[in-house]
Order: sequence, then C-alpha cells, then structure tokens
Amino acid sequence: MLRLMRILIALLALGAPALAVQPDEMLQDPALEARARALSRELRCMVCQNQSIDDSDAPLARDLRLLVRDRLRAGDSDQQVIDFLVARYGDFVLLKPPFTWHTMLLWLTPLLVLAAGGAGLLRLARARRAAAHPPAPLTETEQRRISDLTG
Amino acid sequence: MIAEIGHYALVLALALALFQAVVPLVGARLGDLTLMQTAPATALAQFAFVALSFAALVACYVTSDFSVANVYENSHSLMPLIYKMTSVWGNHEGSMLLWVLILALFGAAVAVFGRNLPDALRADALAVQAWIATAFYLFILLTSNPFLRLADAPFEGRDLNPILQDIGLAVHPPLLYLGYVGFSIAFSFAAAALIEGRLDAAWARWVRPWTLAAWMALTLGIAMGSYWAYYELGWGGWWFWDPVENASLMPWLAGTALLHSAVVMEKREALKVWTVLLAILAFSLSLIGTFLVRSGVLTSVHTFASDPSRGVFILAILVVFIGGSLMLYAWRAPLLKQGGLFAPISREGALVFNNLFLTTACATVFVGTLYPLALEALTGEKISVGAPFFNLTFIPLFVPILMAMPIGPLLSWKRGDLYAAAQRLIAAAALALIGVAATFALMGVKAVLAPFGIGLALFVMAGALTDIVERAALRSVGPAIAARRALGLPRSAWGTAFAHFGLGVTLLGVVCETTWNSERIVAMKPGEATSVAGYELTFDGLLPRTGPNFREVVARFTVRQGGTPVAVLEPSKRTFSARTMTTTEAALLTRGASQLYVSLGDSNPDGSLAARIYYKPLVLLIWLGAVVMVLGGALSLSDRRLRIGAPKRARAVPAAPLPAE
Repeated sequence: MLRLMRILIALLALGAPALAVQPDEMLQDPALEARARALSRELRCMVCQNQSIDDSDAPLARDLRLLVRDRLRAGDSDQQVIDFLVARYGDFVLLKPPFTWHTMLLWLTPLLVLAAGGAGLLRLARARRAAAHPPAPLTETEQRRISDLTG
Repeated sequence: MIAEIGHYALVLALALALFQAVVPLVGARLGDLTLMQTAPATALAQFAFVALSFAALVACYVTSDFSVANVYENSHSLMPLIYKMTSVWGNHEGSMLLWVLILALFGAAVAVFGRNLPDALRADALAVQAWIATAFYLFILLTSNPFLRLADAPFEGRDLNPILQDIGLAVHPPLLYLGYVGFSIAFSFAAAALIEGRLDAAWARWVRPWTLAAWMALTLGIAMGSYWAYYELGWGGWWFWDPVENASLMPWLAGTALLHSAVVMEKREALKVWTVLLAILAFSLSLIGTFLVRSGVLTSVHTFASDPSRGVFILAILVVFIGGSLMLYAWRAPLLKQGGLFAPISREGALVFNNLFLTTACATVFVGTLYPLALEALTGEKISVGAPFFNLTFIPLFVPILMAMPIGPLLSWKRGDLYAAAQRLIAAAALALIGVAATFALMGVKAVLAPFGIGLALFVMAGALTDIVERAALRSVGPAIAARRALGLPRSAWGTAFAHFGLGVTLLGVVCETTWNSERIVAMKPGEATSVAGYELTFDGLLPRTGPNFREVVARFTVRQGGTPVAVLEPSKRTFSARTMTTTEAALLTRGASQLYVSLGDSNPDGSLAARIYYKPLVLLIWLGAVVMVLGGALSLSDRRLRIGAPKRARAVPAAPLPAE
C-alpha cells in the first residue's frame, strides 16, 4: 500500500504543472502573506496571456511570487516591491498600467465617451426643442382669412 | 469520399451565396418580384448545403478518419463519442464551419419566418446575409479548409486538447456563436433599411425578436463559459477580464443596449438613427471578437505578423463590413426622419441613460482590450491591461445603470414623474437599506463595498418586482384580483421583470463570492485534516483510475460538518498520454447555492499533497442569475405582439410625425 502511494505521488509530480500559489511558497506571517497575495493579483505573469502571477501555473510566475515574498520579508513596502519589479521588467509587469502620457487615452476613455455622449444628447435635445417651438404667429393674410371665415 | 462531399457542398454553398448576394438586391432595385423572391429559396438551399458540409465533417470525426488532417490534429480513436463530436468545433477550421452553419441557419430562419416582411426589405436583408456568408465561405475555403487530406493516413490522432475534453465545450461555443451570428440579422436588416432609406417602428418590431434570441444565446454562452473556466481551470475564478472573454462581453453590452433602444423605436419611433448604429456595432463587435480569438493577434502582435494569411483575411473582412456599413450609415442615416419627442425624465429618457452607460462600458472594454496591441504596434512599448484596470473602470460605469434600472420601467412614456416613481420604490429601497445595515452588522463599519453591493443587489431585485406589483395594483385590489391581473400582464412586462431580477441575482452572487469567499492552501498527508468555513476535510489517500484516453490520480477527501460525514470529494489530476498533458479536475460539493471547491496542487518530496480548498458562498447565483435573465428573454420573446407578428404595412402614405407634447 505504502509503495503504491509512493508511485502515485511520483506520478503526480511527473509533468504536473505547479498550480498557482503553493503551500511551500507561503509566508508564516499571515499579515505579510495577505500583502503578498494582494500584490500578486496586480502583477502579470509575463509569459501568460493576461494572467496574474497569483493565478498562473507557469514557473516564471512561481519565481515572481517567491521574489515578491522575499522582498516583503526583507522589509520592503508594497510600493517598493512594485518599483523593484517595474525597474526589472518594465510597466509590462503591471496589470493596472500607470497613468502616463502613453496610457492617458486608455484611462480617460470612460470619461471622454461619457462626456461626448452627454454633450451629444444635450445638443440633440436643444435642437429638438428649438425645432418643436410653437409655430410662428399667423400672418396678416391668415388673420384676415380667419376673420372672413368666422364672419 | 465523405470529406470530399463536405468540401464540394461548401463550394456549392458559396456559389449559392454569390447568387443570393446579387440577384435579390437587383430585384429590389428594379422592383422585380420574381428576382426578389429568389432570396428565401436560395437561403434555404444554402443552409441545406452548409448543413451537409458540416454533417460530413462530423462523420469524419465520428469514424475517426485520420486521413483528414483536421481530424488527425484534433481527435483520438479512444475519445468518448460525445467528445469526438464536440472536437469538430474545438479547433479553428471546424469552429469556422460551425460559424457559417449558424449563419446559414439564421438566413434560413428569416426565409421561413419572414413571410410577413415587405418583399424588398426581405430581399435586401437576405442579400446582405449572403455577403457575410460569401466572405466567410471564402475564408474557410482559402485559408482554413477542414477537409484537407493527408497523403499517408496516420494510425492514431493527436487527440483534442485535454482542457477542451469537457461537456462545457459541447455547449459553450455553439451558444456563443448563436449569439455572435444572431446579431448578423440585426445588422442585415439595418443595412437593408439604410439601402431602402426607410425605417419605421415596424422595422424595430421585426428586428427585436432576432436580437432577443441572439442576446439570450450569448448570455447563456458567456455564463456557460464562465462556469466552465471556474471548475476547469482549478483556481476558482469565474471572470478574468481575459481578452477572449472581453471579446464576448463587448457584443453582449452592445446587444443589450440595442434591445433597449429598439424598444423605444418600436413604441415611440424615436432613437431610430441610434438603433441602426447599434445594430451595426453589435455585429461589428461580434466580428471583432471572432477576429481577436481566431487570428492569434492576442498572443502577440508578432505571431500575428509571422503568419498573416488568416489574420489579414479576417482583417479584410472586418474592414469591408464594418467600414462599409458605417459608410452606408454616414451616407443614408441623415435621410431618416426622427420620430417622437420626449422629456428627459421619461421611459425614453431612462432608456437613453441605459444606452449611454452601456455604450461607455462597451467602449471601455474595447479600448482596454485593444490598447496594448495598438500601443505596441505604434511605439513598441509593452503594457498590460488586466483585471485591476477593468474593475476600476467598468464597475463605476455599471453602478449607475443598476441604480437606475428599477426606476426606468416605472416612468411613463414621453414625460415621467420621478417623484412618483421614487415613492413606489420605497419598499425596495427599505429592503436595500436593511441589507446594508445587516452587512455592516456582520462585517463591522470598515467594510464599504460589500454593504453597498448587497444593498444594490437587493434594490435591483426588489425593484424588478415592484413594477409587476404596481401594475397589478396589489395594494388597492387585494391579492386575489392582483394575482389574476399580474398573470394577465403582457409577457414582455414579465420578461423585463425577470431579466432585471436576474441581473440582481448575479450581482448578489458576485458580491457574496468576492466578500465571503474563504480559502485554504495546504499541504496534507494522508489522514490529515483541515477545516474551512465550518467544513472539516480529511485527506484519506490517493487512488489510481483509468479513463478511456487518460489515466488519473484521484485524491479522496471526506467532508464532515459538525463531526458527521456529509460527502466524499474526489479531485484528480488526469494525464492524457496522446499529448502528455495533465489537467486538474476540481471536485465540487454544492450546498444550496454555495459550493465547496477542492483542487489539487503538487506533491512534495515528504509525501504530502498540496490542495487548494475554497468555500464559495452563494457562488451559483452568478450563473443562476444569467439563467433567470435568459428566462426573461424567453418570456419577452413569447409576447403576443411578437408571436402574432406585425400587421402588414397598409399605409400608402408615410404617417405624419407624431405631434410634440
């Protein structure tokens, strides 16, 4: 039975992808570990398709998770960890891109579209109201016709 | 032989599509009824040939004919029959064939159910359908032919990607494609209306059921895909803001906006120009979604550039159809006359509000998904836009929609009374406040998002019911008469209530899951136990199992609650020999709408096994809400006015514009 168990465990290790966060990576201090998890969700696994290192099975993601934890254990603040990684890998590592000249359009899209839509609606409403104004007063000929008709 | 029949049938379908793209259109311009009436017949014939072609590919898969390259690449003789069939669309070529099959199906449906349409409109719409079909037949035949043979037939296939060997794949892509392609009907009708230069409330009434059907399929398809990712990928997430997911979310947002603006057009002849634009956009986004997923552009701009034949072809299709339809729109839309006027506070106003925010949300997802690609192509700079960005921008845009949702249906057309509507929502608001207070009591005053989310979900759900209660006049006539009245309400009113209620249910699930989700990541040896959210899990040991085309190692967990065993969970890892790939199969224990979720990690040298155990409270509400929304769609679809169909247009002279209020 024990042998079978060993074989099965060996089988499991064989070619099985490491799955996201592993128990052996986790820090003893729960507060520090919670910070590490929160940071991991903001960082991209660079070899995956838009996955955070918290979710990813890739070996690189594991390395980054360990790196984040090492920095935290060394006493870095969250911002220092992020700065360290950005210095190493560039903005590509951030799942939330920083606000710069190059990403300004990205960040402002919601506001711009909303403002443009709102302005368009306002203009349309004004134009409609102007078009719907009461008709021009009757001309003299029309007045005369009415008085003729009503006698 | 079967593969050649399939190939040949597809070529014949192309020939029919070419005919259908030209002859009915010429007929409509000349006013020649005979030419116009070729459209429905060709559409039916086209469907027959595509169906034959598709059936041929299915036959190749079922008989494991590995002399067909596509079957060799994606199938295995030992796979269960159901997966042999679903692997037909588990690959690029086959999924494109499914795409055109559904397109032809919709064309045939218009031919059959569109008998009460004006001849010219039907001829034009079916011709536009045929242009789309022609483009995709050419794409398949020239770049992605699933019927190509191998010179020396191998003995065994290379198997389907194990992640796709799941019942989720059987349902998810067809539903998604029914949604994507269903919007093509709205698109074709929009183009036909622009060509004819005539657009009225009857048009909206014809287009709405098709849009509704497509929307229902897309809603189910997205929900299905989300649930599939949740249990198959093994870390319990259900939405990742992955570009592929975004690709399906964008048409959904545009389609939802279209459904709402079409209501205004149908009832009040307003928002015509906008509705036509949305019809064009919804399908354009579906095309973009197909392009994003199929061209490989997402993985990297460079892979796209290195094998450009497919990508460039789809890009050309995008340019022709999106560019062409928008040009047609810019040219013809100014000719369309605007209809009824309305005050800002009115049912129309509320629907405009809905459209403004839905469109903005859609634009945000669009820009967020494509920005990294554009930036890399233009400057070479690489950035990532992921979940944190979308959560920060998308959620604030959706909150106003949810807050306004219960109010909209309570406002009257043309000019509404916001104060009266607010009064009628007092009960719903009170319920929401109780929810907020209860959540604060549960979590302490520091929590902000969770109480607000719970309150909003309750407000949306209670608000959806308020409309029915009010229309049945429950308070003034008593429950018995009110019940009878409620049943007598038009089904579209019930449809609205269900759909809005369903969104509230989904929101409740999302908030509960993200707030109270508990997680244990532990290394366990046989006999050891751990506990999560009141459940105690004992790891009993590992056992081997053999499946039809895989071997698996199963870990047994006994789940106890208060000492009494309630279930045995068996998460496993499967190794598929043909591709030497391993998948993680999570085990789920469903209690009410909550789930206990166990998936396996690595084994360690000391003989322990890593396990990820989650308790996800009310997580099933996320998908149940989507089902309720679809139920609402079905009720609305069965509404009398859509079942009976619009009366034939008898007016010879255009109706006078409605007088302003």
